[in-house]
Amino acid sequence: MTSLPHHEGDKKKEAEGLKLSDDLLEALAKFQQIELQDFEMEVKDLEIIFEPGMAGQIMPKLKLPAAVAGGKPTAMLQVAFMPPIETYPNAITEVKLGGTRSEGGTRGRTLTIGGEVSPAFYTFERPVTHKPVVTLDVFDMEVPLSKAVKMHVKEVVGDPAAWAKLAVDKFGADMVTVHLISIDPLLKDAKPQDAVKTVEKILQAVDVPLVIGGCGDPVKDADVFEAICNAFPNERFLISSITRDMDVERCAKYVKKNGHAALSFTPMDLNLARELNRRLYDFLGREDIVMDLTTAALGYGLDYAFTNMERARMGGLMGDTELAHPMSSGTTNAWAAREAWLKMSAEWEPRELRGPLWEVTTALTLLLAGVDLFMMMHPAAVKTLKDVTNNLVSGKKADHSKYLEWVSVKA
Amino acid sequence: MSEKKKAGLKELSPIDVYKILPKINCKECGQENCMAFATKIVNREIDLDTCPPLLKKEHEKAYKQLKELLKPAVKEVVVGEGDLAVKLGGKLVMYRHEFTYMNPTAIAIDVTDEMPEAEVQNRIKKTEGFSYEYIGYTLKLNMVAVRSVSGDPEKFKATVKKVAESTKLPLILCALNPSVVEAGLMAAPKAKPLLYAATTENWKDMAELALMYNCPLVASAPNDLNALASLAKTLTAYGVQDLVLDPGTFANEGLPDTINNFTMLRRAATKGGEELAGYPLMGVPMVAWMGNGDTAEDLLKWRESYLASMLVVRFADILVMHGSDGWSLLPITVLRQNIYTDPRKPVAVAPGLKVFGTPDENSPVLFTSNFALTYYTVASDIESNKLNAYLIVVETEGAAIDSGVAGRKLTAERVADAIKESGVEGKVKHRRIIIPGKASRISGEIEELSGWKVQVGPRDSSEIPKYLIEKWQP
Repeated sequence: MTSLPHHEGDKKKEAEGLKLSDDLLEALAKFQQIELQDFEMEVKDLEIIFEPGMAGQIMPKLKLPAAVAGGKPTAMLQVAFMPPIETYPNAITEVKLGGTRSEGGTRGRTLTIGGEVSPAFYTFERPVTHKPVVTLDVFDMEVPLSKAVKMHVKEVVGDPAAWAKLAVDKFGADMVTVHLISIDPLLKDAKPQDAVKTVEKILQAVDVPLVIGGCGDPVKDADVFEAICNAFPNERFLISSITRDMDVERCAKYVKKNGHAALSFTPMDLNLARELNRRLYDFLGREDIVMDLTTAALGYGLDYAFTNMERARMGGLMGDTELAHPMSSGTTNAWAAREAWLKMSAEWEPRELRGPLWEVTTALTLLLAGVDLFMMMHPAAVKTLKDVTNNLVSGKKADHSKYLEWVSVKA
Repeated sequence: MSEKKKAGLKELSPIDVYKILPKINCKECGQENCMAFATKIVNREIDLDTCPPLLKKEHEKAYKQLKELLKPAVKEVVVGEGDLAVKLGGKLVMYRHEFTYMNPTAIAIDVTDEMPEAEVQNRIKKTEGFSYEYIGYTLKLNMVAVRSVSGDPEKFKATVKKVAESTKLPLILCALNPSVVEAGLMAAPKAKPLLYAATTENWKDMAELALMYNCPLVASAPNDLNALASLAKTLTAYGVQDLVLDPGTFANEGLPDTINNFTMLRRAATKGGEELAGYPLMGVPMVAWMGNGDTAEDLLKWRESYLASMLVVRFADILVMHGSDGWSLLPITVLRQNIYTDPRKPVAVAPGLKVFGTPDENSPVLFTSNFALTYYTVASDIESNKLNAYLIVVETEGAAIDSGVAGRKLTAERVADAIKESGVEGKVKHRRIIIPGKASRISGEIEELSGWKVQVGPRDSSEIPKYLIEKWQP
């Protein structure tokens, strides 16, 4: 990709880029205030109404033959379109996250994901059972962040509790993911008790359900997760994640004993996902398992992720119970794509917009494949994903009266 | 699945095709025998017309029979003339995992008859000039939509004339008044543009124009699938064969209807065998620009872009866009490329030594993961800069560099083994390897286990050329 590199830091241009994105942020903030009012919707009123008498009709049925036989019609030929509604033998399992005081935890509310009875947003068929939720990334130490992300969190980097508060209060996170990067033996090798302290601080700073993220080392993660699960029983954390190369039995037991839920992570392979879930079933209930089938970035394998998830969801609905779990996506992986963060030649700039749009595009693609829980990073991307899901479950009808005016609109 | 399968296509076996072929094994098609040809036909790797005997009079019946057997659930509709003509639809299946999606969603950028001429020319130039190199593909935009804002036939005619003179890209002529469309057609009578649109009001005149100028026609019935099916029924009865369906695109609160309509139409066509739904679907993300006078333009482009991406995923075969910025169009074109690749393409490439250019004993040695996208990105950066280098592909079980290191799929042991097994030690006289910047955490271990000296390279492979110039000294 020879057209890409333009990374020499031209100070003036950098400053312009920042200004532009500040403007966008201002605009986004205004946009947010306006649009939030519309989101006070009545989800309970979701009802899909079809014209009475249409059921059972074989489509299309010629109602008014207005044509002279063999000649061109002189009036519209009316036919009815029969919505192609299907039934599925199975439902996706519901998983509850977060434990309230009455349940022995300290969270202000619980969230339930899954429970779907149709493919993603086939609301012509059935309403969505539980709206997908967003959990925002919080890191327990400094990590390389792209400029577009950093500008929003620079004041809280290194202070995970403050970061979590910002994510919930300002960015509208439904949940927070605590990434315990510092426990990595190749980095700070922080002790399990240090991680417990970090989690304690975050529990005090916010009252949303938490995802507990490890460093990727199968041995160290197992130790740290154990300390955290034992220290905070019934908080109903989502432990992210249990992988095939961990001591699955040991992990599943302490997750179950303390009333938490497990994120079953496998690398882009549905057979491996089934296999790991089977191993977990020996110790956990189905309602304790969310699965992560691996998210690759737009342009860097999103096609595999999309098809895997779409297949898993269809399979789950059709009776493949080992795949009938809610799905989580590490959508933050979108930032691994160079197009998300790289300073490119002028026609592709500004990256302050391109980057978060990359994350949104990755998220929405997977939303339509059936993802129930999004782990995300950029506030504008989070805002858009929430807007779209709110609209998709709103049950509102399109105002089509002015649609055709797009032809003559002055834009 | 309780969904009905349309006969043929996915479950079509080579035998079904072979039975109807001439079965003379003449090899004129370039295949070993008729059975091999049938297999390629079923996999959609070869066109029926490449069988010369089949085109002869005596096999006319077999040809017609095969055409019917191979007919896609969604009709293929061609817009424009010449090399840049665009094929819309032609879809065989509903879900990507069933079979490769045919004919990537065409993207049109609009111009209007009230834009100053310089702006029209500038937008055409931008549309034609859009080009992004992505793992061996060039991502492009495909069409120009000319909209009648003035409502004046003469103005529209003049604009269409200028547009047709300055671009070979296929056109969409957009006006609801048939006399305006006709004026536009007179300015480009042989260009075979897509006509937008026949509605329940104007369908008869639009059908006449489509027949007279031999053009494909969009049927539009906003958020009313009964009316849309009726229009399709009426127009085909009238003799218009090449239709595109527009169920309406609605942003924000209209999203549920938008997504539902596209999904219902495509399911009815692919699973229900419903012919009236079996035409390409048009999405109009530019509705994001309507009635938003006070909203910042960047936000409108943002909304238009994500709406377009959702429609690429949910079955749109053609999109009309207004925003023409690279940042807002790039994600859509990359997503389109991703969604339209062959789903059987492996996620990993074979590990081992790859040789670029004509390296010698002093040439650099690098390594990367065997995740296909990582490999192709790195390979394309090395190739396009005509570098001479050895690249060792390490088995990471298809994991990328950063996730490979984090998940222990990319370990120092695996790198050391890969260096040994690659045989590169016999090809270069130095013992220095450049490792990905994102694998810097395991650099010490690699040195220890392999005995090679490690140079930590850039975090992104786009910087490899610069890095080699500045930091590589054999």
